[in-house]
Amino acid sequence: MTTTFKESIQDALANPNLRGALGRFSEAYKISREKAYAGMDFEAVRDAVRDVKAYGASHLEELAEAFKAKAEAAGAKVYRASDPAEVKAYILALAKENGVRSIVKSKSMATEEIHLNKHLEAEGIEVYETDLGEWIIQLCHQTPSHMVMPAIHMTKEEVAEVFSTKVEEGQQPDIPKLVKFARGKLRNRFLGADMGISGANIAVAETGSLVLITNEGNARLVTTLPRIHVAVVGIEKLVATFQDVQPILQALPRNATSQLLTSYVSVITGQVPNTDGSPKQLHIILMDNKRSEMAADPKFRQALQCIRCASCLNVCPVFRLVGGHVFGKVYTGGIGTILTAWFDELKQSDDIQGLCIQCGACKDVCPGRIDIPELILELRRRLAVEKGMPLVQKAIFAVVNNRRLFHSLLRAASVAQKPFAKGGFIRHLPLFLSDLTDFRSLPAIAPRPFRDTFKEIVQPECKEKAAIYAGCLIDFSYPEMGESVVRVLNKAGIQVVFPEGQTCCGAPARYNGAYETAAGNAKDNIKALLEEDVTYVVSACPTCTVALKDDFIATFESLGMEDAIGDARKLAAKTLDFATLVKKLVDEGRLEFKDGQQAETVTYHDSCHLKRTLHAQQAPRDLLKKAGFTVTEMKECDICCGMAGSYSLKLPELSAPILERKLENIKDTGATSVAMDCPGCVMQIRGGLDKLGSGIKVEHTAVRLAKRLK
Amino acid sequence: MDNLFASFKERAEAVSAEVHRCGTAAEARDFVQGLLKEVGGTALWAPCAFLEAEGRPAFPGLSYDVTRERAAEAKVGISQMDWALADTGTLVVDATGVEGRLVSTLPQIHVALIGADRLLPDMASVLGRIKPSKAGYLSMITGPSRTADIERVLTIGVHGPERLVIVFVEGSAA
Repeated sequence: MTTTFKESIQDALANPNLRGALGRFSEAYKISREKAYAGMDFEAVRDAVRDVKAYGASHLEELAEAFKAKAEAAGAKVYRASDPAEVKAYILALAKENGVRSIVKSKSMATEEIHLNKHLEAEGIEVYETDLGEWIIQLCHQTPSHMVMPAIHMTKEEVAEVFSTKVEEGQQPDIPKLVKFARGKLRNRFLGADMGISGANIAVAETGSLVLITNEGNARLVTTLPRIHVAVVGIEKLVATFQDVQPILQALPRNATSQLLTSYVSVITGQVPNTDGSPKQLHIILMDNKRSEMAADPKFRQALQCIRCASCLNVCPVFRLVGGHVFGKVYTGGIGTILTAWFDELKQSDDIQGLCIQCGACKDVCPGRIDIPELILELRRRLAVEKGMPLVQKAIFAVVNNRRLFHSLLRAASVAQKPFAKGGFIRHLPLFLSDLTDFRSLPAIAPRPFRDTFKEIVQPECKEKAAIYAGCLIDFSYPEMGESVVRVLNKAGIQVVFPEGQTCCGAPARYNGAYETAAGNAKDNIKALLEEDVTYVVSACPTCTVALKDDFIATFESLGMEDAIGDARKLAAKTLDFATLVKKLVDEGRLEFKDGQQAETVTYHDSCHLKRTLHAQQAPRDLLKKAGFTVTEMKECDICCGMAGSYSLKLPELSAPILERKLENIKDTGATSVAMDCPGCVMQIRGGLDKLGSGIKVEHTAVRLAKRLK
Repeated sequence: MDNLFASFKERAEAVSAEVHRCGTAAEARDFVQGLLKEVGGTALWAPCAFLEAEGRPAFPGLSYDVTRERAAEAKVGISQMDWALADTGTLVVDATGVEGRLVSTLPQIHVALIGADRLLPDMASVLGRIKPSKAGYLSMITGPSRTADIERVLTIGVHGPERLVIVFVEGSAA
């Protein structure tokens, strides 16, 4: 990561306005969005959006030509442009030809993308943004920090200051007054403009129509008052039929601003009368700018399903800490990272892709069903291929790929760390880990790994067998979690085997773009785990479970290792996370817990992979209740704890405040303990609470359940 | 129909629109007259079926000559809508004629007249009836103009009207 990038993060974190405003917004957003979808099946709506947009993405050329024919038949002029320079040249020539001196614009990300204003202003044409947020940032020469709310990073005091210095002195930080002031000032711009420039939220091929979705009413004025209307439209906005606008109209306002519908939706088809009755010139520029290239990429085509609602920003635990400007100049947040890599260039995304903590919150709300975290991993992989990996990282992964060496190093570390460990935590790690211990303690490496202690567990002989996949953290730091899994399964009549050949699941390598290493790990594990004749492969680490169930296959697919996929699927079919398996056994009447209400109240933290990839949020709660615990919910129970593997190493300045918030939410419940199903979360949260000197117990669900077996 | 109206009213009021229901066209005219008197300033009424059927009333300050200059000055703009959608509190209108757009965008208050029989359940039912090839500029209006661009604080009335007064008229040519 570059120093300037790290500095931009520090600056953003040091801005209290930013953190306060965005934090409050993201909390409110979650609730209001849910309300907006009340009585509506979001999954069905987004299936429909995905279908409509995916069709568009795979028929760009056909739809663009159909649109052009229809719109031109209705009196519009349609210009297809492949790159930004063509778009700018077209608009400038048009302006000159028509003696345009002044332009009003309604919000358009496509024109932000090509920095159109700068180009026109350089030629002496006045350009006024009229969306309030866009006008504010235009006045102070900033770029939008959010696709829907461009000035969300600014306070009313800052806005008043901008208005006072740039427009008219003496503006007070009173929001209704500031809005009125903007209305008054921009009114004359609307009335005096010769040209209006808009974007479009949807372009309908069947009818040649543009659909504009706004709240302020500025787009209606931009498309009504000036005698020329120019619409700059990215070709990914094309849909096939007029009926296709419906799912987008359902999803976009609800997801963007939690509205059932925005104040205004305008559908413009061809030429309409000017205010003097003459026919208005309508120019529609269908802009490609790498979108066709994106559509031709089997991985990234789905990014064209984006409807620019910005919900991926609103739910992102990192965005809410640092805001948009850390991400770059035009498109921000999760989808912005991907769009920047394409519309700009891959290497522009080098730093910003590292901001993604891979919690998957965005994937859950995306109305286009875009797998944003997966696409960011793909960027990471391509970056690693393009520029190679840092030497240190390369060396680490070389070790991880050699199981015997890796494990013997971990064993050696358990001896070497002795002087540093105190009470099960390492307070001061040597070398590169030192930054990390500033905000939380790390677990010590256990004196004996689970693979050794496992052999000493006396198990009953059972007909049914399960293989346990430990994962590095349970194997080398938390063997008691593995032992608990064995005890619980034994009670249900399942004997557990530990395939010795198992090694790291490859997630650390994969999440750092080192897919070859991840594939090596995957092959070793598949071989070891398929060798055993077992009904289930069970893991008490959700990240490992996801690796076994999904990532091995995805890694092989990315690398074109078709031959390996069959066995990966076999393994995936029998792999279950601990809570899901145990819930199944309880439901089958094979397992019972002690009766009676425990005095203890626990709160439950949802680990990212368990909830959002494995969808197993209910099973652990049900099990804890059955085992006599009172489960009390915490605020934002499913927001990432900030661990995310090596993320906490690379960006401790972001990981720390994310953890801080989690700890506050845990403390606020008043529960005496917190349960979770991920050893990584245990490490992060236990370390954090230990550092605070809190007495709240942090345990894996397996450990809690093992103590309550009947 | 009563259920649809109740739903429309609830949804429209939730986004700060004002919803009224008049039993006859005459009652609606009285309502408009009362409103114009109350708010003062000038008013512009865009041509519509309602006026063709009932004749143009002469209220003080009211003009039917819609120009951009008058619209920019007017306090009240009056126009007729084609459909209302119960599930979102939305009005839908073929706004190809520029007069209808001017009176619903520039004045501070927009009075939207609509026949009570024009109420539809939802977006799907109106999309089936709309033909973009026949209407060059369709407008959907849900509440007055709004923004939350400064600190996410909702503020009504930015570039469009700050009041949207919806008047359902029963049993008329409207």
